[in-house]
Amino acid sequence: MDLNHTAEEDALRTEAREWLAAHVPAAPLPSLETAEGFAAHREWEAELYAGRWSAVSWPERFGGRGADIFGWLAFEEEYWAAGAPGRVSQNGISLLAPTLFDHGSEEQRARVLPDMASGAVVWAQAWSEPEAGSDLASLRSRAVRADGGWLLSGQKTWSSRAAFADRAFGIFRTEPAAPRPHQGLTYLMFDLRAPGVTVRPIGRLDGRPAFAELFLDKVFVPDEDVIGEPGQGWRIAMSTTGNERGLTLRSPGRFLAAADRLVRLWRERGEDRGASDRVADAVIGARAYQLFTYAGASRFAAGGEMGAESSLNKLFWSEYDIELHETALELLGPEGELSRSPDGWAEGYVFALAGPVYAGTNEIQRDIVAERLLGLPKGRR
Amino acid sequence: MRFLPTAEQRDFTRSLDALLTASDTPSAVRAWSAGDHGPGRTLWARLADAGVFALAAPETQDGMGRLPVELALAHRELGRHAVPGPLVETAAATALLSHLADAGDPAPAKRLLPGLLTGETVVTLGVPEGGGYVLDAEGADVVLVVTGADGAAPGSGPELRLAPGHGPVHPSLDPARRLARPDPGGELLAAGPPLAGAVGCAVRWARLAAAAQAVGVAEELLRRTVAYVKQRTQFGVPIGSFQAVKHRLADTLLAVEFARPLVYGAALTLAPGDLAAAKAAAGEAAYTAARAALQLHGAIGYTEELDLSLWLRKARPLRDAWGTPARCRAEVLAAYV
Ligand SMILES: Cc1cc2nc3c(=O)[nH]c(=O)nc-3n(C[C@H](O)[C@H](O)[C@H](O)COP(=O)(O)OP(=O)(O)OC[C@H]3O[C@@H](n4cnc5c(N)ncnc54)[C@H](O)[C@@H]3O)c2cc1C
Repeated sequence: MDLNHTAEEDALRTEAREWLAAHVPAAPLPSLETAEGFAAHREWEAELYAGRWSAVSWPERFGGRGADIFGWLAFEEEYWAAGAPGRVSQNGISLLAPTLFDHGSEEQRARVLPDMASGAVVWAQAWSEPEAGSDLASLRSRAVRADGGWLLSGQKTWSSRAAFADRAFGIFRTEPAAPRPHQGLTYLMFDLRAPGVTVRPIGRLDGRPAFAELFLDKVFVPDEDVIGEPGQGWRIAMSTTGNERGLTLRSPGRFLAAADRLVRLWRERGEDRGASDRVADAVIGARAYQLFTYAGASRFAAGGEMGAESSLNKLFWSEYDIELHETALELLGPEGELSRSPDGWAEGYVFALAGPVYAGTNEIQRDIVAERLLGLPKGRR
Repeated sequence: MRFLPTAEQRDFTRSLDALLTASDTPSAVRAWSAGDHGPGRTLWARLADAGVFALAAPETQDGMGRLPVELALAHRELGRHAVPGPLVETAAATALLSHLADAGDPAPAKRLLPGLLTGETVVTLGVPEGGGYVLDAEGADVVLVVTGADGAAPGSGPELRLAPGHGPVHPSLDPARRLARPDPGGELLAAGPPLAGAVGCAVRWARLAAAAQAVGVAEELLRRTVAYVKQRTQFGVPIGSFQAVKHRLADTLLAVEFARPLVYGAALTLAPGDLAAAKAAAGEAAYTAARAALQLHGAIGYTEELDLSLWLRKARPLRDAWGTPARCRAEVLAAYV
C-alpha cells in the first residue's frame, strides 16, 4: 500500500501547475450559465485545448495526453487548486466521450472528440423528459426510421446549458411495441439548431437561463449519429452513467480546493468556534474523498471495475458539497445572503442544492447501494 | 501509486481473521466482562504468536519493524472480532517505549518490551487525556501511567511511572472495557523532554489503532445487520426490502467506506492531522453503524444475549477513547496548512 506518485505523474503535475499559473484568468469568468459567460468559457476551453489540457486522459490523436487515471487526478488537483474556471464542456467530456470510447465507432470518435475538446462544439445531455425523471426508462420521445437516418419527435427537459449549446445526445424510443420499457431504445446525437428543434430556456433556481426544455418535431438525424446498435440505447446509456455519478463529474481536486478556501475563510473570520467542527468535517471529507478515490483508482488500474461504487461517490460528493457551502454561509453571517458576490459562496451554495437531484437522485442512489453493494432485496420501485 | 493492500498484507489479514474466527471471541469477551481473563489471555497469546503486538516496534528492538499499515489492518480485524483487552494501549505502550529508546533512554524498553512483544506481559497505559482512568488495570501485568504531559507546571515535564496498584474497577458503557484509577506514585521509569516526544508518538499510534478498530466494529455491525434484515420478515416481505431500511444501511456503508481509506492514509503518513481525521471519521462511522444496527434489529437488538451487543456497546466508548471526535476535529484544523 502506498501513496507515492510516479515520476511521470509528478512531471505532469508540475507542467500543469506551471501552465495554469501562466494561463488561468486573473478575474473569475462570468457564470457559464449566461450567454456572455458561456462564450467566455468556450474561449477558455479553446485555450486549454491549445495547451493540450482539456482532456488529458484522451489519446493524443484526439487532443489528449494519454494520461492514466492517476495522471488525470493529479491534473484535476492542480486545476482546481489554481482556481481555474468551471468546465462548460463537462457534459460532453464526462458523459458522451466515455460513451463514444466504449460504444462509438472510430469515425465518430475522430469526428466528435477534437471539436468537443476544443469547445468548438458544446454538448448538452437530453435524457430527462417531463414524464420520465427517476423512471427514465418510461421515456416517450421517439425516433422513427427515415431515409438514411431517423426522425426525432417528442420533448426533453432539464437539459443543462442546452440554451447555448450546439449539439445534444439522448435516448429515444425506436421500437414502441417492445415488451419492456428498457427495450427498443436508441442512443443518438443531434444538432440543437436543426430544423424541427425548439429550445425554450428555463430559469434555474439561481435565475440563470442556460437550462432548457427541447421540443422536437421530426428532427432528422443521419445514421452516422447513432451510437452503437439501434435498440441498445438503455444498455449503452447505463454503462456510462457511472461516469456522471462517479469520478469525472466531481473529482477530488474540486473538494480539496473548496476545503482550502473554507479554512481560509474561517481563519479570516477569526476562527469562529461555533463552526469549527463543521470546518474540520469539510477538511476531513475532502481528504476522505481523495483517498477513497485513490483506492478506487488503484483497483481500476489493477483491472477492476468502477460499478455501483459510483453511487457511493455521488452520495458523498453531493451531500458534502451542500454541507461545505452551508458552513461557508454560516461563517459569512449576514453577508452570506449577498448572492452575486465575487467570492462565489452563495452561488456555489445554490448550485450545490441541486446535487442530490441531478445525476440520479440520492434516493435512487441509496437504492442502488443497498441492492448492489449490500445485496438487499429489491423492493417496489 | 497503489493504495491497496499488497498480497502479503492481504494474507496477513486473512490469517488473522481465520485465527479469530476459530477462537470463539464472543465467549472470551463475555468472560472478560465478568472479570475472568483466562480465555482473553489465551487469545492474547495467539495474537502475540501472529505478531500483532510487534507491529509498533523496530527490528532493532525485536519488533517486526514499525509497520503502521499492518497495525491498522490487524486492529481492524481485532475490531471485527470484538477482541477484548488493552489492545490500543499495548500499541501505544510499544510505540512509547520504542521511541523513548530511540530518543536515548533505552532502559524502560529493555525491561518491558520483550515480554510485551511476546504477549507474556499484558500491559496497559494511561495518559492524562484519559481522565485519570486506565483500561483493564486489573487484567494487566504492568500498568504504565504518564502524568503531567499537558497542563503541567512550567518547567516540569511528563513522567512515566509504574503504577503500584489501582482503585476499584468500574464497568464502562462497554462491559468489556473495565476502567480503574491507578494508585498514585510508583517507580519512576522516565521523565523529561525525550518522554514528551515519545508520549506524542504513543498517542498517534493509539489513534491509528483505535480508528482501525472502530472501522472493524462498524463493518461487523453492518454485516450482521444486513444479514438480519434479509432474513427478518414483516408485512410478508423481508424488512430489508423497505426503502427506509435500505437507505439507512446505504448511509451506514457510506460512512464506513469513506472512513476506511482515511485510516490507511493516516497509517501511511502518520501525520497528526491525518490521524486525527481518521480517528474522528472512524469513530463516527462506528457509532452510526451502532445506531442503525440497534434500530434495525428492533427489540432483539436491545438484548444482552444477542452477540450483536458485544459490538454495539463498543462503538461509543471507542469513538471517544484516545481523542473524542471534537478533540480530533480541533487537531485536524490545528494541523491544517
Ligand atoms: C441542476 C440540474 C441539472 C440537470 N441537468 C440535466 C441534464 O443536463 N440532462 C438531463 O437529461 N437531465 C438533467 N437534470 C434532470 C435530472 O436528471 C432529474 O431531475 C432527475 O433524474 C430526477 O428526476 P425528476 O426531477 O423528474 O424527479 P422525480 O423522478 O419526479 O422525483 C421527485 C422526487 O421523488 C423521489 N423519487 C422518485 N422515485 C422514487 C423512488 N422509486 N424511491 C424513492 N424516491 C423516489 C426522487 O428521489 C425525488 O426526490 C438536471 C436536474 C437538475 C436539478
